[in-house]
Amino acid sequence: MSVSKSSPSTSQPEESVSRREFLVRLGITGALLAGSGFAARKLWQPNHFVPGFEKEKGLQLRSYALEASKLLPSLAIVHGTEHEKTIRAALGALGGMGRFVQKGDVVLIKPNVAFDRPPALAATTHPDALRAVAKLCFEAGARKVVVADNPINSPTGCFFKSGLTAVASDMNLDLLYPETNSFVPLSLDGEILKEWTFFHTPFKQATKVIGLAPCKDHNLCHASMTMKNWYGLLGGRRNQFHQQIHSIVSDFALMMKPTLVILDGLNVLMSNGPTGGRLSDVKTMNTIVAGTDMLAVDAYGYTHLLERDLAELTYIHKAHDRGLGNKNWKDTVYKELQA
Amino acid sequence: MRHLLKIRNVRRVAQVFFFFLFLFFVFVTDLRYLKGYPVSLFLELDPLVAFATAITTHTIYMGLLWCLLLIVPTLLFGRIFCNWICPYGILHHFTGWLLGKRRADERERIEANRYRKLYSLKYVILIGMIAAAIGGTLQIGWLDPICLFHRSMSTVILPLINLFFPSSIYVRQYFHVGAWAIGFLLVFLVGMNVVIPRFFCRVLCPLGAFLGTLSTAALWRIDRDTTKCVDCDLCLKSCEGASDPHTQLRKSECFVCFNCIEDCPEDALSFKFLPPLQREVTAPAVPGRRAFLGTLLGLGFYAFARTSGASDRNYDKKVIRPPGSVEEKDFLDRCIKCDQCIRTCPTNVLQPAVLESGLEGLWTPILNMKIGFCEVNCTLCGQVCPTGAIQRITIEEKTGTGPFEKEGPVKLGTAFYDYGRCLPWAMETPCVVCEEVCPVSPKAIYSREVTITKRDGNPITLRRPYVDPALCIGCGICEHECPVTDEAAIRVSAVGETRSRDRRLLMDGGVTSAVQELEKRQR
Repeated sequence: MSVSKSSPSTSQPEESVSRREFLVRLGITGALLAGSGFAARKLWQPNHFVPGFEKEKGLQLRSYALEASKLLPSLAIVHGTEHEKTIRAALGALGGMGRFVQKGDVVLIKPNVAFDRPPALAATTHPDALRAVAKLCFEAGARKVVVADNPINSPTGCFFKSGLTAVASDMNLDLLYPETNSFVPLSLDGEILKEWTFFHTPFKQATKVIGLAPCKDHNLCHASMTMKNWYGLLGGRRNQFHQQIHSIVSDFALMMKPTLVILDGLNVLMSNGPTGGRLSDVKTMNTIVAGTDMLAVDAYGYTHLLERDLAELTYIHKAHDRGLGNKNWKDTVYKELQA
Repeated sequence: MRHLLKIRNVRRVAQVFFFFLFLFFVFVTDLRYLKGYPVSLFLELDPLVAFATAITTHTIYMGLLWCLLLIVPTLLFGRIFCNWICPYGILHHFTGWLLGKRRADERERIEANRYRKLYSLKYVILIGMIAAAIGGTLQIGWLDPICLFHRSMSTVILPLINLFFPSSIYVRQYFHVGAWAIGFLLVFLVGMNVVIPRFFCRVLCPLGAFLGTLSTAALWRIDRDTTKCVDCDLCLKSCEGASDPHTQLRKSECFVCFNCIEDCPEDALSFKFLPPLQREVTAPAVPGRRAFLGTLLGLGFYAFARTSGASDRNYDKKVIRPPGSVEEKDFLDRCIKCDQCIRTCPTNVLQPAVLESGLEGLWTPILNMKIGFCEVNCTLCGQVCPTGAIQRITIEEKTGTGPFEKEGPVKLGTAFYDYGRCLPWAMETPCVVCEEVCPVSPKAIYSREVTITKRDGNPITLRRPYVDPALCIGCGICEHECPVTDEAAIRVSAVGETRSRDRRLLMDGGVTSAVQELEKRQR
């Protein structure tokens, strides 16, 4: 306005808007109006919900188990003193690692590194056991070996001090920590376990899953072996599990159908489990148990390695009764030998 | 080529190098990367840390002897640390350039770099802190630039980076109690560069004041040739320290950045050996009454803090110190609040205290079991502590194993049950996670099986947990893992800590039936 006043000579009429400007300005305002309406409609939440009770739809974990073989044994019990030799003999008894791992496979090895402990205390998977299993996987043609666990103590400390970090970097294994974005919800039709947060990143690429567990005493559920080992795949408020511990552990047999499980009973944590803490808690038993049925493996471990009465191990009976495996290991095809 | 080799560029290279060296050390102060890096180097070079802890403890702890490495060049050349090495000074130099009046005209910049009386405040602060140290409380950590920067990095900047880029710094997000206050202080100090360039360095920095005092004796300094000078004041254009190179140089304010020499169009300025005293202001300008006031404030701070009783009989149950910590009063004599221990802690249990250990204990490390727990096989906090507030103990000393079996383990406190909140005790529900995770052998937490009649008339067999105080080391993993997460049914409190004889719980280290059993087995 002031411009037109100060220059009266201009031929343009006062306060006029060109057609172009008119259209542009109308267009902008119109687009903003339409945009806010559209966005509001899109974002509008017309119904309330009850916090904490939203319907979750979680991941369904697939089975990694092989088809049952009528000829080859499903359980191998091998007595020996060295990890590599004994584990190799155990796999040999089952028909060789080639039965489980083929060329190009990505193998997830799930150790138990729940606690920040040196290997000698037998509270965690022994580094030599991991080294032996990874070696066998690579020999069978595995493209990659992934190692993952969600420990109770600090993850970096647990992997570091159990000696598994060193093995992973030595052998070029993929060590996956339970990072912030590693978890997704899992759905399961378990006795207790229905919806739970699950450590998913290791499964994004894995084609085979091997559980590699130490054999340990446990204060509440009596023993932590290959079935209890899957605890480390869950996140969230795991400390609630203890309220129904036997149901939960038996649910693990439903949740996880592994390709193979290996129970390391060379040195067994006999007391003060699952943490141990003294060498006197550890007993040398010189046995590796490997198999496709974790119930059979754990049943052997409980009676022959921890040397206890299977009747008290409630979770294994629960799992057996639900048809998730066979606790009567003597009824399965098994091989027992000396490495 | 000549242009590139200007001393200003040499200095810039040094600044970038030391700044990133500092950041590198902060980053690798983590179990995964620590190896043998001398991560405490900057804190150990800091002569104020050595000087002030020498006053409070009458000793110079381990690596603090490195401060000599910095005292020597300061006595020769002045405060070169401030503009060549100090990472916090470099931060302010850079942000001052970025946020400041760099595009404003020359005159404005010259005015911004003139000396002001306000700049003597840092000497009053230093005097106050030294007076407090003579009284018996170490408070330099509030404002010592290395401690301040370390603390800001550990408790604010790294967690912030991890918040935006999950798992880039920590596997799981770290939290720090009261981080907002430390963050706002950082933002405030950086932001003040807009008002006064290098506000922190010129006005507040006690280390700058300390080095300024030392540089009184410096043999070299910037000198102005009055026959060449045309009084254009252009030397002030980029003067970092506001040290008046255009007239009598204030030796204790000069950061030896050499900008003035290169900005002088007449080549009137040079760095000279023993120029005449008449052409300089040799000593810091602090009026005696201000110095007296600083002394009063420092001694007053000590007296008021100590008579509040937080380090004595009225100690707070939450003041659970890291393993290897010295007795509380000695701890306050040593801790510089640099929070390196907090950075290196693998479980995030170490937290900067707010007022739990009194005003003097602000930002010193305490354990918060809600956030983390003390890892038994870990003494990282003591390994990185530069002043020995947390002693550099070994795992064997901490766990009382090997040659230290007779002494027993280092205890941080004792766990107590709150049976009203405990599931098997009060709510007919099985649990004992606490027993499972208890890391000592035999477990300090044990349980007794009981069969009770439930409300519906059916029997239930439960395990109800107990603590054996002789075995409990106060690591707090029971509290951390308790499913009653808002206020755990088992909580560690400071009583029973072995670092103080006054705060122990049991006589003779405590002999209970489990300990006797243990001794029997060992025989």
